[in-house]
Amino acid sequence: MLLIDFFSAVGDVLSSESTYINGALFAALLAFAATGEWVAERSGTLNISVEGMLLSGAFAGALGYHLAESVAVGLMLGGVGGLIIAVVQAEMSHRLTADQFVVGLTLNILVVGLTGFLDREIDPRADYASEVEIPILVDIPLFGQALFGEPWPFYLLYGLVPLSWWLVYRTRWGLELRAAGENPQSADVSGIDVNRRRRQSIYYAGLTSGLGGAYFLFARLATFDDSVIGGQGFIAIAAVIFGGWTLWGTMGGCVLFAGALSFQLSLQGLGYELNTELLQALPYLVTIGAMAIFARRVRPPAALAQPFIRGLK
Amino acid sequence: MYALSVVVALAISSVIVEATGGDWWPVLKALVDGSIKAPGRWGETLGIAAPLLLVALGTVISAKAGLINIGQEGQLLMGAAFAVFFSFRIGGPGPLNVVLLLLFGALGGAVWASAAGLLRYWRGVPEVLSTLLLVFVAVQAVGYGLKWQWLLLADEASRGNRNLVSEQLTKDNRIPRPDIFGNEFPITVYVALALALAVAYVLARTVWGFRLRMLGHNPRAAQRSGVSSTTYGATALAIGGAFAGLAGAAMFAGGGFSFGNYRLVPGFSDFIGWTGLLVALMARERALPAVVAAFVFAMLRTGAGFVNSTGVESRITDVVQGLLVLALLVPPAVVFLRDRRRARAAATERV
Repeated sequence: MLLIDFFSAVGDVLSSESTYINGALFAALLAFAATGEWVAERSGTLNISVEGMLLSGAFAGALGYHLAESVAVGLMLGGVGGLIIAVVQAEMSHRLTADQFVVGLTLNILVVGLTGFLDREIDPRADYASEVEIPILVDIPLFGQALFGEPWPFYLLYGLVPLSWWLVYRTRWGLELRAAGENPQSADVSGIDVNRRRRQSIYYAGLTSGLGGAYFLFARLATFDDSVIGGQGFIAIAAVIFGGWTLWGTMGGCVLFAGALSFQLSLQGLGYELNTELLQALPYLVTIGAMAIFARRVRPPAALAQPFIRGLK
Repeated sequence: MYALSVVVALAISSVIVEATGGDWWPVLKALVDGSIKAPGRWGETLGIAAPLLLVALGTVISAKAGLINIGQEGQLLMGAAFAVFFSFRIGGPGPLNVVLLLLFGALGGAVWASAAGLLRYWRGVPEVLSTLLLVFVAVQAVGYGLKWQWLLLADEASRGNRNLVSEQLTKDNRIPRPDIFGNEFPITVYVALALALAVAYVLARTVWGFRLRMLGHNPRAAQRSGVSSTTYGATALAIGGAFAGLAGAAMFAGGGFSFGNYRLVPGFSDFIGWTGLLVALMARERALPAVVAAFVFAMLRTGAGFVNSTGVESRITDVVQGLLVLALLVPPAVVFLRDRRRARAAATERV
């Protein structure tokens, strides 16, 4: 009897629009961050300060709205907020040759402290972004509202993701960037400034993550708190890995992980307690599992997480 | 140069404090008071430095083998969980209990790191990624364990009104904390120091250490001369995890109020694993400099505790800590780049 109830609840969740709307919301946050992170990882740098970039973006977004009363300004400042973290990360780890993990971990802690501190001192107020519905498409059952009836910053993704793909696969810059990630020595010999490409890719990650943080603020929260990102940055990293360092795989990871989260939240709303720990660990377990199964076929950029210093191998 | 960059970091923090209407000088004073000067504080600092050092030593070992292990936080948590499980669900004979508990903690960390080792050498999954992801799995696994009484959760009588908490370690099973000049710290501090010496010796002066370093410097040459990268690499990872697990167990059994007060609670690891990794990397993966680095990081942590009393929002200490770490990273990098530039200039002159 209980089991039947449970399955009917699952059915309810799966057929309710709000599950998909929530899912799209989280997926968008992950996608903003993961797109940039994907670009960064293709250039051979395992950028673990995404978490900090997202949070910094969210705070800067709130600050922007506080100052200018405009979501657009908030988003722009959010991008700048992410970029600031990116500049520190990139300059420290790919100009000064400091260890990228040290810098990344420190930045994550630093940003939590700094935004928390400034939040108490300034207390910026933000608001929800207005929702824009795309006619006709929004009427598709189940998915319509989730994909085409969102707060307007959401639609930036539809441009950002193809743009990233184009940049990485169809431009000289992208080719050089991938070369820096696969074989930095050869890239260096053929005249590519490896560390410069890596710095630029981190800037890109900072920009998109900052936008993502600001988007999340305007789409869901409307008030800033230093725990709003709560590990989503690491899930974005997991999504990149899960996707086998392809953009479409990465997006698939974002949708899957966000879907699992939203599914759990909706079930909780109906009074069913799933094993929360398992669901929270799910993105990581699935990613590890996928890596273990496909590790022979899918491989990371060959120089991922290896610093490049000319003349040293 | 170190002094200069520290001054710059402090200057930036002071600007942040002043800009938001705080007063800078008392904050700095509180940092020093809290870490060393006030009575009983340097003992506290040592108590925090010990697990940091243990974690760092493990990191040094796996780093020497050319492996990037960034999952110490999870390994530490697993170590603590294993220690808790042992002390309340299995239990050893009287005085041996403490020792066995520590060993079990080390085992827990080793198991968690070996999962990454297994993935690395069996399936070719890079250990950077698997160790990072396993951290978050460990957090959830321990959270799950704390929900069930047969795993880690305390029985109702000793739980009080708290959820998700383990039993408290009884007095005679704790690590002794002798009192020296009004400062008390667990004797694991000495253990950690001894282990630092041992690690330095083993890496520099034994065949095993030599082979490990060879593997790290040039895996292909190592393979040719009969050093199995699988055996040595997996062992190095496991030992690295064991150190982190040992640190977790030592925090549980000797940490006092700084770490859960002899109980395992969610968030028990409290960034010690991450910070320990920072310690190792700051010490450029050498065992003896890690001792100094561990103490510095512990100072930042204990000093931070006193900042609250100055009326400045306590979150500023995270900022100060972060800025200081970044500041400490700059000088060695600058020196390194300068030396290289000089060497290159000298080389071109000779030609």
